[in-house]
Amino acid sequence: MTKFNFPPSITSRPVWGELQARAGSGHVFIADAHGAGAIMDMATPDLMAKAHIIYIPKGHDMSAELKALGPAQYYEGPSYAAASSRIAHVLGQAKMGVQVYLAGTESVMGQAMHAAVQAGIPSGSIQTEHRGSTARRMQCVHCKGFTEDVETDPFVCSHCGLNLFVRDHYSRRLAAYQAVCIDAEDPGNVPESKGIYE
Amino acid sequence: MTIQFNDETFRDDYSFRNSDWAIKRFPFPFHEDSYMYSMNAEQHRGGPAGSVFEKRFDVDEHYISEMRDRAIVLDQDPLRCQSLPHMTLAGWDLLELIMVSKSEDYPDLFELYRDGAQWRWVNKPLGIDDTFTFMDETTLPYGPLEYITRQSQGDFALLDQRENNLWMDAGMITTQADWSLDFDIGMNFFEWHAPVPLAHEMGIFKRALKFLMNIQQGAPGRRLNWTMTVNPLLDTSPENYHKWGIQKTSLTPENIGAKQHVRVELQTFYRLPRSNALAFPIRCYLCSFQDLMTVPKWGRRLHRVVRDLPVELATYKGFIDNRPMMLDYLSQFDDGLPTSFGVFPDLDSEPPLQK
Repeated sequence: MTKFNFPPSITSRPVWGELQARAGSGHVFIADAHGAGAIMDMATPDLMAKAHIIYIPKGHDMSAELKALGPAQYYEGPSYAAASSRIAHVLGQAKMGVQVYLAGTESVMGQAMHAAVQAGIPSGSIQTEHRGSTARRMQCVHCKGFTEDVETDPFVCSHCGLNLFVRDHYSRRLAAYQAVCIDAEDPGNVPESKGIYE
Repeated sequence: MTIQFNDETFRDDYSFRNSDWAIKRFPFPFHEDSYMYSMNAEQHRGGPAGSVFEKRFDVDEHYISEMRDRAIVLDQDPLRCQSLPHMTLAGWDLLELIMVSKSEDYPDLFELYRDGAQWRWVNKPLGIDDTFTFMDETTLPYGPLEYITRQSQGDFALLDQRENNLWMDAGMITTQADWSLDFDIGMNFFEWHAPVPLAHEMGIFKRALKFLMNIQQGAPGRRLNWTMTVNPLLDTSPENYHKWGIQKTSLTPENIGAKQHVRVELQTFYRLPRSNALAFPIRCYLCSFQDLMTVPKWGRRLHRVVRDLPVELATYKGFIDNRPMMLDYLSQFDDGLPTSFGVFPDLDSEPPLQK
């Protein structure tokens, strides 16, 4: 999978990096779908000996390849929501010097980043790498509901049904971009949806 | 002077009005005939008698009605007031600052009696007489931030200072120019300003951050900011934009003078003593075009500023679609004469409209 180059944007929008092996007391990997590829590209036997991989296949199952890396601990969850209490627990129990590696969609990286910061892990110990879908996790500013995997702009809020446009304004606390009603000043006049990066 | 408080609304029938007194003291935000971003900050150490700059926390004729409007907003959406757990101390700092300032600046309206940690606060306009223990949240009906800002005009953000940055970690935000505390809480200075066009490239925010981080106790600062609002609507929140946005299309050449308001924020900055947080009150003043036009200098100047504003700014401030209609209206009040420097009305020295 080729890497997507996000266009330059505003200062609240996160910038993703590239995973690199680092020395650490332990290594927690949290990834979804194509994010597995980023782990495979940098995994070493040394790293895997102290690794805990948390993987959410999300329709692109690379679990066999990840298991073959031989991590000390491996978990697979059906969704981020299902895995979230385990993620919070693992990060909360992590020892000083732990390294955290996040890979895959912005939604998973954003939510896991927030969980890691909440657990008191310093931001300098958290790395990211975007792989796979460029879909966004959006929060409707009106009803506060989150809509996952948004690929088009505008889109319909999955909670309140308003027609929303996709902003680049991003909240790390919510791990979501902001979505705002597009036809407030001209109800019913909703432009045709197109891909967010088209 | 004794303030005559208005009984008025900022929604539905919009009975909000400015008296002649309020118009003359309106903080007109343009000190010259054009506008571009700048930090434009100065010390907040009083100002001309009767002006909105005179007191630390200005109280005016809209006080009671604004507090009523805030209570309505909070009933409908309690998330407009939030404080991250580490910001409670800053909330007490703010409560103290406002109670001390108001009781000193308006002794006929507010009284504060302190006996150690036992405090008694009397707010005569709102009919409040509460005794509580300072720093003991259980003795107040709300947290300290919410308690005192339900009694103070304007929005209040509390900014934590750490890692060479300021963090929007608490606030009471119900009279905002279209930004969401619930979304922005926890962001740093550059993140919450991210959507503002041009100013990042101009280096404004880097300079502003430096200025703000160096604010010292006892040496507050202030600046003005502005935008445009159709109808005297205080709660121009993103949360409710799907409800109020349509009002922007209700302007006609006949009603624009009454409906179109200049919205000015008097922003002040205070270093807080215990928390070392920064209090950032954002006080909103509204004035209709037709009321502003009663001051000849402001009529001339507003036309020139609106006419020459860069498209990006008119778009960001949300009035690009209405700008032609605004200019048709405002041009009637611009006779081409020069204007005096500074924001004040200068009614005695500026000539009346020559057309």
